[in-house]
Amino acid sequence: MTEVLDWLAVSCILAGALLSFAAGVGLIRFPDLLSRMHTAAKPQIMGLALILLGIGLRLYPEPQIGILVLVLLFQIFTVPVAAHIAGRVSYRTGRTREDLIVVDELQEQLDRDRHDPAGHQVTER
Amino acid sequence: MTSATSPPRPPMSVRIGQRVIQLPTLAGLLIAWVLLFGELSVNTVVSGLLVGLLVMLVFPLPPLDSGFRIHPRATLFFLVRFVVDMAQATVRVLATAFSFGRIPHSSVIAVPLRTQSDLLFTLTAVCVSVIPGSVIVEVRSATHTLFVHVLGAGAEDVEQARADVLRLEERVVRAFGSRGEIERLASTGGTS
Repeated sequence: MTEVLDWLAVSCILAGALLSFAAGVGLIRFPDLLSRMHTAAKPQIMGLALILLGIGLRLYPEPQIGILVLVLLFQIFTVPVAAHIAGRVSYRTGRTREDLIVVDELQEQLDRDRHDPAGHQVTER
Repeated sequence: MTSATSPPRPPMSVRIGQRVIQLPTLAGLLIAWVLLFGELSVNTVVSGLLVGLLVMLVFPLPPLDSGFRIHPRATLFFLVRFVVDMAQATVRVLATAFSFGRIPHSSVIAVPLRTQSDLLFTLTAVCVSVIPGSVIVEVRSATHTLFVHVLGAGAEDVEQARADVLRLEERVVRAFGSRGEIERLASTGGTS
């Protein structure tokens, strides 16, 4: 039984490591900051979840598993905030490659705000 | 004490001096504390309660009330779909990352959400950005609109991406929303 658990744990950790590696590849390959945020945040969360699952399976009867749950929860709650702030700043400071963005409804909205700033706060830059 | 004259306080809360202590928040802090120590004992529970109380007295937050409910079956459905979505989207982002020689294009779309609850709005936003392939660029809380950067989406994928976010919102609201929120979903025509 423990042998089966060990194998499961090993494959989870390996899969998690591969996902983290893939996130690194995406980070290098993608052209602009907004696209890079996708790999910085996402396969990495999935990878972390798998690694934690692997550790949890390995530790199974121990009560310290709780802390693994906390790690994942805080990762899930904090990553979107960080990604949002980085994305917002890069967008507002023009660090996006506009030639790569096909449809841009935020730019349309910002243009509308600029022409008709009634009641809305216009946050330039 | 002065509870007759004070503004209505959220459910499940007690008042200590000027501060309102919300018991669910205290319970959350206690659970986090016990998980950190990794053992359930009298010591950890009592110290957790004390630390939680101290934190809430020193760093008071505005009362969060919310209309937060948990509908068990819808919550289970939401969680299962969340994991499935995450796995699918991870594969998609990976495929994009490893398709050498093609530069991925993307789009920024506006998604006006239907919920009026800040808590559900935030939850939806968190889920949208945890699921791969979408990052939130801008949030308009006045109009409850999310601006989402969708990786690899051309002009023809925009409507699909918008519908995906709206469906996610619907699952969040059905899992955690009050009855009024769920009815609002139906009255605005569901996902289309």
